[in-house]
Amino acid sequence: MISRTDRSHVANWWWTVDRWFLAAFLLLMGLGVVLSFAASPAVAERIGLDSFHFVTRQIMYMIPAVACLIGVSFLDPRHVRRLAVVMLAVSLVFMVATLFIGMEVKGSRRWIYLFGVSIQPSEYLKPAFVVICAWLFAEHARQPEIPGNLFAMILLGLVVTLLVAQPDLGQTMLVLGTWGAMFFIAGMPWLWIAVLGALGAGGAVAAYSAFPHVADRIDRFLTGEGDTYQVDMSLEAMTRGGWLGQGPGEGSVKRILPDSHTDFVFAVAGEEFGLIMCLIILMLFAFVVLRGLALARREEDDFTRYALSGLVILFGFQSIINMAVNVRMMPAKGMTLPFISYGGSSLIAMAISMGFVLALSRRRPEKRRPIGVSRGSGRAATAG
Amino acid sequence: MRLPGLWKTRRAAAVGAGNSGIVVEGSRKAVGGRGQSRVFMAMAVLFGIYAAIGGRLVQLGLAEDEVVNLPESRPTASRPDLVDRNGEVLATDIKTASLFAEPRRIVDVDEAIEKLLTVLPDLDYEQTYRRLSSEAGFVWLRRQLSPRQQSEILALGVPGLGFRTEKRRFYPGGSTVSHVLGLVDVDNKGIAGIEKYIDNQGLADLQALGLAAPGTLEPVRLSLDLRVQYILHDELTQAMERFDAIAAGGVVLNARTGEVVAMASLPDYDPNNPYNALEKDRLNRMSAGVFEMGSTFKLFTTSMALDSGLVDINDKFDATRPLQLGGFTIRDFYGKKRVLSVPEILIYSSNIGTAKMADVVGIEGHREFLKRIGLLDRMSTELPEVAHPTEPSTWKKINSVTISFGHGVATTPLQTAAAVAAMLNGGKLIPPTFLPRTEEEANAIGERVISQKTSAQVRYLLRLNTEKGSGRRAEVPGYYVGTKTGTAEKVVNGRYSNSTRFNTFIASFPANDPEYIVFVVLDEPKPEKPGMSATSGVTNAPLAGNIIRRAAPLLGVKPDFGHESEALLVSYQ
Repeated sequence: MISRTDRSHVANWWWTVDRWFLAAFLLLMGLGVVLSFAASPAVAERIGLDSFHFVTRQIMYMIPAVACLIGVSFLDPRHVRRLAVVMLAVSLVFMVATLFIGMEVKGSRRWIYLFGVSIQPSEYLKPAFVVICAWLFAEHARQPEIPGNLFAMILLGLVVTLLVAQPDLGQTMLVLGTWGAMFFIAGMPWLWIAVLGALGAGGAVAAYSAFPHVADRIDRFLTGEGDTYQVDMSLEAMTRGGWLGQGPGEGSVKRILPDSHTDFVFAVAGEEFGLIMCLIILMLFAFVVLRGLALARREEDDFTRYALSGLVILFGFQSIINMAVNVRMMPAKGMTLPFISYGGSSLIAMAISMGFVLALSRRRPEKRRPIGVSRGSGRAATAG
Repeated sequence: MRLPGLWKTRRAAAVGAGNSGIVVEGSRKAVGGRGQSRVFMAMAVLFGIYAAIGGRLVQLGLAEDEVVNLPESRPTASRPDLVDRNGEVLATDIKTASLFAEPRRIVDVDEAIEKLLTVLPDLDYEQTYRRLSSEAGFVWLRRQLSPRQQSEILALGVPGLGFRTEKRRFYPGGSTVSHVLGLVDVDNKGIAGIEKYIDNQGLADLQALGLAAPGTLEPVRLSLDLRVQYILHDELTQAMERFDAIAAGGVVLNARTGEVVAMASLPDYDPNNPYNALEKDRLNRMSAGVFEMGSTFKLFTTSMALDSGLVDINDKFDATRPLQLGGFTIRDFYGKKRVLSVPEILIYSSNIGTAKMADVVGIEGHREFLKRIGLLDRMSTELPEVAHPTEPSTWKKINSVTISFGHGVATTPLQTAAAVAAMLNGGKLIPPTFLPRTEEEANAIGERVISQKTSAQVRYLLRLNTEKGSGRRAEVPGYYVGTKTGTAEKVVNGRYSNSTRFNTFIASFPANDPEYIVFVVLDEPKPEKPGMSATSGVTNAPLAGNIIRRAAPLLGVKPDFGHESEALLVSYQ
């Protein structure tokens, strides 16, 4: 066991990292592996690959993912910012490149093929974007003469433009929602909230009228008519599973459920392991999000607070959209379940993202000072 | 673009921050406070969303039972056993295995079908392939397999196949009681006969409510006697073959209670494999077929005439010459060309004499009498298959004349037998029933249609017909059979044909106070050998005699051999 007196990096990390978070993330990643055994062989067989193709890939991705999670969690907030800037810049470049040299899958250019692996830059963009926006909001709060909010808006516009160009409306929604939530937490005046709310509604209407497939999906959700095959199958899987599930490997709806290893892995979990397992997964996500926000609430430093809440809200929104689609509370929207769905880019980006969360939520001595005593900059106090 | 804080060293940041420390504190605190409440709001909203999804999951869990998407899989309904009056099982539920497949779980459709074909060689390859390749969750492949087939299919080890236990109706007697019991469909619902009757009596409602559990259903006891039923069925089969008839039918009716002890109609079907039950000639002729009964009706005409008081049993009618009526000539088949008494009219089956008796009563009275004895209305009994009798739309004299000897009104054999019972049991018309009934119950619902005195005279006339008339071949020593024959000419291409006949025969025993009526019909019997006659006295009388000979002891009717035989017994002692 690591001694309290050990002042090495690792020991310091072990005693300051939020072990609840760490446990939750590792548990989710473990569940991801377990569920990939359930969900992916059927898909692999269907497209003519080896049964355990996706399972082995998922396990292989776990290694860099865990490394990223732990590695990033060693960073201090400033290094988090720096890494985020680099990530943002690189992923923006790749996003632009995707539009020209990306692989077209199902009508969208989201993937870029590089060094033998396909990468989805938008996955890496999201956490970096959140961290940078948090920094911009924080700077604005600290020094109102710095147009942080304006920069954040410009950045949002850029990111949204690139996402819509792909097009990837799910990620657009996610980014917009997260950005809005962060702005809200950063103290957006209520007037702005009203204006942005109206803009958001207008955007939704615009998406409805501009993209036929969006309109189609929403119509299908509202009327319940037309081709609701995926969601129907998903619900059938869940009801078939019941409370305790059919048992591992006993699922049958999963064999015909498209994207069972990515967007509908939650339904497969329901069929084979039961609704109790679904509730456990749901509670794990809720735990991460609510604990992240609770920690953010106590946080003194604006940047840390905004970044932490932004990252967990991103994580939370993504899980909510995925689960809500699986239980037919939302129109069908392709969205991976963080850590659990199959997908290398998604997994590693999520690991980095949660690595940020771990890094930002580490206990630092300066946070412990009683409120009201020499509230200058924490840095100044320790340095001086 | 130069934003502080990002690329500065730790030292510079510290200094910069330190410089503005005091100034910023107030504003930061305000923002921090607001930020805290905003974070709290975000927490509340996210918690609410997660709780909603969790609630939806719980809802799905609770809805589990309703959303069972295997509608065909519900177990088939339970039915009560049907037993005869002595408790012999006529119909019962047995458990069979039905094969279904879950196409989604079938790994290799071709392999699965190939293996299945080894056990079920008649499986339709194309159809099964389509079913198994579908994405349905559940398809039936074959209902109601034998235990051997089930174990062979289990031994194949094909994944995705399963069995569901279903109930199947089994009739131990096969075709013996086919028409009365009726049929059930593949879901064990009654669709004909007594099976349908008990469904209509509330069993279907019980089943719909799920209360028809196998253990809770009392067996339904019928009035049938399986032994007599077998005898009747057997004798009818033999007679049908012997006289090359196209159909045969018979009923054994308890004259005092109206209980049907046996009833059969041939050709019939095997209710265990009723592939041919819907063929046109398989209807239940006894209740669902109407026929002109021929001379049997003379019994009713005679009873009517005697009961009206206008004709005495000793009255005489002139049958010397054929009756001329509106272009029709009424002749006698066995013409005696002389004046006949009432008993003679009956035993010689004189059309002329009968017509004259009907004439005494009049057209209105004639029709009223037939209505009274239930021959013009649809009989009410438990069987659902009951035909409505036919009669002329307006009764003219010629109609009354022909109806008096059995042409012009078509009735079902069963209702004719019930009317005969009324003539012989003391004068009470008792609706026939397939359920047990006591004499008290029968007396309570029976309606008097003729007087006791007339009934006694009719008994005498029928007995006379056995001893001196056309019913000699039906006599069974000791049972004093009373008989009346009927040989109706069938209408072929709109005309009465004298070569195609519908033979009816009434037998009652013992004739002095009949307990049972045997009524048998043969449709288009042919002479056994060329040159022989094929009238009712030749074809049906021995048939009825055989039935009585075999069935009467089983029915508990004691034979009476009179003083002669008693003396014989004494002398042998």
